[in-house]
Amino acid sequence: MIAETGHYALILALGVAIVQTLLPLLGARFRDPQLAAVAAPAAQMQFVLVAIAFIALMTAYVTSDFSVENVWRNSHSSKPLLYKISGVWGNHEGSMILWVLILTLFGAAVATFGSNLPRQLKANVLAVQGSIGAAFLLFIITTSNPFTRLVPAQFDGQGLNPVLQDPALAFHPPFLYTGYVGFSMAFSFAVAALIEGRIDAAWARWVRPWTLAAWMCLTLGIAMGSWWAYYELGWGGFWFWDPVENASFMPWLAGTALLHSALVMEKREALKVWTILLAIITFSLSLMGTFLVRSGVLTSVHAFAVDPARGIFILAIMGVFIGGALTLFAWRAPLLQQGGLFAPISREGALVFNNLLLTTACAAVFVGTLYPLALEALTGDKISVGPPFFNLTFAPLIVPLLIAVPFGPLLAWKRGDLLAAAQRLMAAACVALAAAILLLAFSRRGPWLAPLGIGLGIWLIMGALTEITYRVKLLQSAPAEAWRRLRNLPRAAYGTALAHSGLGLAVIGIVATTAWRSEAILAMKPGETADIAGYTLAFKGVAPRQGPNYRERVALFEVTRGGEAVTELTPSKREFNVERSATTEAGIHVSWRGDLYAVLGDQLKDGAYSVRLYFNPLVRLIWLGALVMFFGGAVSLSDRRLRVGAPKRAQAKVAQAAAGK
Amino acid sequence: MTRKQRRGVLIGGCLAVLGMAVGLVLFAMRDSIVFFYSPSEVTQMQIAPGQRFRLGGLVETGSVVRDEGTTIRFAVTDKAKTLPVTYTGVLPDLFREGQGVVAEGTLEPDGVFHADNVLAKHDENYMPPEVAKKLKAEGLWRGGGEAGSVN
Repeated sequence: MIAETGHYALILALGVAIVQTLLPLLGARFRDPQLAAVAAPAAQMQFVLVAIAFIALMTAYVTSDFSVENVWRNSHSSKPLLYKISGVWGNHEGSMILWVLILTLFGAAVATFGSNLPRQLKANVLAVQGSIGAAFLLFIITTSNPFTRLVPAQFDGQGLNPVLQDPALAFHPPFLYTGYVGFSMAFSFAVAALIEGRIDAAWARWVRPWTLAAWMCLTLGIAMGSWWAYYELGWGGFWFWDPVENASFMPWLAGTALLHSALVMEKREALKVWTILLAIITFSLSLMGTFLVRSGVLTSVHAFAVDPARGIFILAIMGVFIGGALTLFAWRAPLLQQGGLFAPISREGALVFNNLLLTTACAAVFVGTLYPLALEALTGDKISVGPPFFNLTFAPLIVPLLIAVPFGPLLAWKRGDLLAAAQRLMAAACVALAAAILLLAFSRRGPWLAPLGIGLGIWLIMGALTEITYRVKLLQSAPAEAWRRLRNLPRAAYGTALAHSGLGLAVIGIVATTAWRSEAILAMKPGETADIAGYTLAFKGVAPRQGPNYRERVALFEVTRGGEAVTELTPSKREFNVERSATTEAGIHVSWRGDLYAVLGDQLKDGAYSVRLYFNPLVRLIWLGALVMFFGGAVSLSDRRLRVGAPKRAQAKVAQAAAGK
Repeated sequence: MTRKQRRGVLIGGCLAVLGMAVGLVLFAMRDSIVFFYSPSEVTQMQIAPGQRFRLGGLVETGSVVRDEGTTIRFAVTDKAKTLPVTYTGVLPDLFREGQGVVAEGTLEPDGVFHADNVLAKHDENYMPPEVAKKLKAEGLWRGGGEAGSVN
């Protein structure tokens, strides 16, 4: 009964979404405000209906209702509760419902909190949002219905892929999807602006918080995925330039660019056409990410669906939305008036530079990700484009940007003074260079570029600090005065500084762990010891253990450093009875130096085990950096100007207009 | 600066960055692309020793031999031709005889494929789509529709 309720709610939601798409557009056509006003309640209704469907599916999972095929395929009664819940989105059908749930949540949020939006803009935005919802609901209902019954019902399920039974991965998809789908708001606003042929600074004020929220979630989602791959897959790497990773990374790059260009639009009314285009591109890349990951054209853990009909359906959705939006752009963009002029050396100029390099780097990743697919489709040759390609193309494009980042906030709008900015950054540059030179002198191994990379990370952090100290005039004024300024500084300024220093932290982590990582692959017998990066690991043996839904063999390593006991590492190999498959659990010791990482391999013929040991210096900084970026976004989002600025101004305008009459 | 000059700077900057990106992509494409071959293709083609490629197929049943240390020898087959492979390191969890595997490395003059990376995906029924496609093309496909599913 619950499954049927969910299915019914989905079909109703599709109907509501179609109404939400058509009536506001008709309302705009015939200038009927009542038709346009249908959009808001429709968006709320659509969210409620999809939420009912989602809760129905979740109920089926939690109660282990194996008469539902989707539950039978992806769950098992012995699974811990957390993974019964996360199993809802651990499969194709459920994850698509989650996708649409988040989409409708954003639509409902605009309908509910957007009472200050111009009426026509709001109706158009909700209409576009409704059309995306309608397309994906149609996709779910026709090709990926999660509520299909199984006759006869099964006694127990087939279980969830063991590598997915993991806390970080339980939350990775919701965050990632919130990021992907959050960009749909920017898309809907862009298309609505094109339909109206009008766009102003208030538009950017409306778009920026949504884009920022989406960007934050995407940052966190990508970081979680990377963290999971690091400790769960047993390779000790944090990023593989895998097409699936790239699929989430490209919208992030484009979204980061959008965040910065929206800033120019909001403050200076410049880059209007470009911001619109970027909003369309960012969501198009999100759609493409969904397509690549869900259609099964790529080989990966994510490739749930191999049904070609699904791939073609998503491809069609992509074609309609991307093609439609770009056509509309080509037709209507010339109508948009160009805004403020600026000199090449200015805050605007710096943000253009940011956009240029981010989008170019994104294009390089795009080529590397899609070239193999295109080549196979055209010639039948199968190739893979691996990390060397991306390191060679992405790094040279992103390094100039990283060098330029601290300059941006120190340049004035309209016309900046590069020399003055450089003088203010002198201290930061000295610290960064000194660190690089010291490292260069003392590091005995690793590439010579690595100390410069660390210096770059320190430059970013020091540059962010410089901006704050400059703005509060820390050194030129009395401490009390500086403190007052510090408190009065807009939160957006702190957000920028936090996000940029988070980037610096991540750069340091990436460079350090890539350049100075130690690795050893050994055959060890119980009683033997191994040395790595100053640690000594004594292998004590392997013992069996029983987990909630698996059996495992656990190895015990006693770790010492300079004769002193540090910790015990217990890497294991788990055999999942239900799914009949195995996973590797790495043993990881975290310290301020880095991670000591041990993986247990197979048993060899003479009683030895193959063992893989890594030492990853400063690797945690990568995820810490992402977390700092996330909080930077959150601080910026809490800025009063961002929250209440736009409505205040709109109301003031209305009041003025009323007074004028 | 006039409006025209400003636009000139902007367009010039864009072209410079784009040109650099195109150059980098073309340069990287030449050196860092890895082709995927089946054992049959490897035997037909002249592959220079030292050229990196990916070898895909099934791990031949009964072929896995563990040498001393962590070196493992096995054979990859597409049911028509078979190629010996040697690999030093820890194999993925789902490396099994009779299952699909993709190995990356070089073919050495002794006719043995020296892999430095072995991929086997996380599923009992999993077969790399490349392998499934090749087996289908060669009429040796026996699996059902299950083969690409990973969950």
